[in-house]
Amino acid sequence: MEYSKTKLVTLILLRWLIGWHFFYEGMVKVLNSGWSSKMYLLDSGGFAKPFFEWIAGNETILNLTDLFNMWALTLIGFLLLAGFWVRIASIGGMFLLALYFISHPPFPGIEYIFPSDGSYFLVNKTLIELAALWILFAFPTAHIFGLERIFKKSFNRGK
Amino acid sequence: MEQDNNANEHKKLNRRDIIKGLAALPAFGILGYGLWSHFGEQNAGKSHLLEDIGSIIPKGVPNVVQGDPVRIGIVGSGGRGMYLLKALGFLHPDELAEYEENALNDKWWSEYLAQFRAQDDLNVKITAVCDVFDKHAQRGMETGANIHRAGKGGKMAEQPKRFLTYQELVQSPEVDAVIIATPDHLHVPVAIEAARNGKHVYCEKPLSWTVPETYEVRKVVKDQGIVFQLGHQGRQTESYHVAKSLIDKGVLGKVSLIEVCTNRNDPNGAWVYEIDPEASPQNIDWKQFIGPAPWHEFSLERFFRWRCWWDYSTGLSGDLFTHEFDALNQILDLGIPHSAMASGGIYFYKDGRTVPDVLNMAFEYPEKDLTLLYSATLASEKKRGKVIMGHDGHMQLDETLLIMADPKSTKYADKIAEGTIEPNKPIFSYVPGQEKVDAITTATEKYFAERGLLYTYRDGKTFDTSHLHLREWLNCIRLKDGSQPSCNIDAAFEEAMAAHMGTISYHENRRVFWDSVNEKIV
Repeated sequence: MEYSKTKLVTLILLRWLIGWHFFYEGMVKVLNSGWSSKMYLLDSGGFAKPFFEWIAGNETILNLTDLFNMWALTLIGFLLLAGFWVRIASIGGMFLLALYFISHPPFPGIEYIFPSDGSYFLVNKTLIELAALWILFAFPTAHIFGLERIFKKSFNRGK
Repeated sequence: MEQDNNANEHKKLNRRDIIKGLAALPAFGILGYGLWSHFGEQNAGKSHLLEDIGSIIPKGVPNVVQGDPVRIGIVGSGGRGMYLLKALGFLHPDELAEYEENALNDKWWSEYLAQFRAQDDLNVKITAVCDVFDKHAQRGMETGANIHRAGKGGKMAEQPKRFLTYQELVQSPEVDAVIIATPDHLHVPVAIEAARNGKHVYCEKPLSWTVPETYEVRKVVKDQGIVFQLGHQGRQTESYHVAKSLIDKGVLGKVSLIEVCTNRNDPNGAWVYEIDPEASPQNIDWKQFIGPAPWHEFSLERFFRWRCWWDYSTGLSGDLFTHEFDALNQILDLGIPHSAMASGGIYFYKDGRTVPDVLNMAFEYPEKDLTLLYSATLASEKKRGKVIMGHDGHMQLDETLLIMADPKSTKYADKIAEGTIEPNKPIFSYVPGQEKVDAITTATEKYFAERGLLYTYRDGKTFDTSHLHLREWLNCIRLKDGSQPSCNIDAAFEEAMAAHMGTISYHENRRVFWDSVNEKIV
């Protein structure tokens, strides 16, 4: 895919910003030994509330969920930033964000104990970040700026 | 040829590729710095004041001491009596069936039911029931027979025997220990009679209705050497144990003022209980209900809402202040106050009651250099909580516990100047059931901790404090080594005297004093 300079800068900036966000969120959880998603899950709302409460109420499942969440965030963030397997990382990120969205959907009539940082109706920042990852999936840039460029070349050299 | 060279050149990794490939590298450096500074701040925020705190959290629950079943007689199987039976593991089959039905589509109820079912077997047998209202007595008997925690139609054991008077019940050889859940004015008469017959006593709070009987019950309990527990189940509240350890460590500095409150705003909270439509002079032994109280014609209102009249009740001071007092007596070892000054009135419930619905009391402890304030209303639910105020910080105490450093603290002055402690933000939070203590690590946790909302989710390991309190009493009975439970007769005596001082001050419109040499209220 050919990009103009403006398009390329825009896409890479978007990739880096989201990667930055995921990586930092993940690492903070990894490095904080006491972190757990329990309270967040207990505060969930909407149609999937029972599912998230079930996770929170089951020690083993909760620990696995926590472990998966923190490392998935970190890894996805790393891949987006570094520019490697970006399409897979984008799909993984969209999956996580979709879970966050359905656990706390900004639907009318649902109230959360934990306050939100703005006013939302149907659309919130989680959903927008999800859409942004979709763009990254559709417009790959890692072969131009990113580790993929190096690996591709090294791999192709022998041919 | 030249073209081939170019193509080869293009396939090779060149400097441009490396730069573009590793373009994100500096970002990781900045992120690393971000993480380092984030955790640096957080560690500083932990303040390291309370590093050895792990040791002070009560660990688990004491085992049930083995031995023969303790045979229990219950005097008063009304609302509170039934609750205590439940804490012992006995629930009426109809009520259990109701729980089961509620649990079908309500998570709270299903957890509540599961908690009841998981409650340890305390190895007791309900052998005797006494209640002046036939219906309550019958219900108490049916409950005592439900030894398998079964619902309607389930398998029941033989029903406990009903005694028409407590005097007969406490003389029964089938009874080892007595639970008293009568109105306040009958606590001491039943307790004394039980103790004289060598029965162990678990008595609901407050200990006594009048001052003179307080000395008498203490004497009889001590002379007879029975195991006595007053029903302040707050003795089992985890956060109080933690609070005590923290204050003993000097975390708050010099404590000069304690504020405790009662805020309720519904008829039930104001003791306007439902009147059973089936109740009548035919099925209530009115004379026995009156007991030591001044004679009054039969009155359903007085029978069911007895807490509203001094004739049977100890008012806000005896009924609700005592909870607060006993909590603080446990935490700070307060003892009987030097003086009490009370005021208040009947300001909301103009329903013929004689006890006030608004009451404010100030208790002085000159030897401890502190004042204990109690403020109560039955007509507003504004939550005020318990606050223990020290020079270096204050503690907010409910089921959760928060400590805030004081901006003008001497002890924390350096840390406040350094910025490692932020005044008026929690430097310590304790949420029961959470294993970690210095635990405000994420914004979410901080938010929940500040609002005390974590409490209802305690890893499914919530314990009924009344169950623990009864368990402690039963363990002492079985140990037979002279050990007494936490709310023993001395603690009970202090509780009763403090409450009476407030009540006398209210009645007589004057400051009253405790003469500690002669043990008299003057």
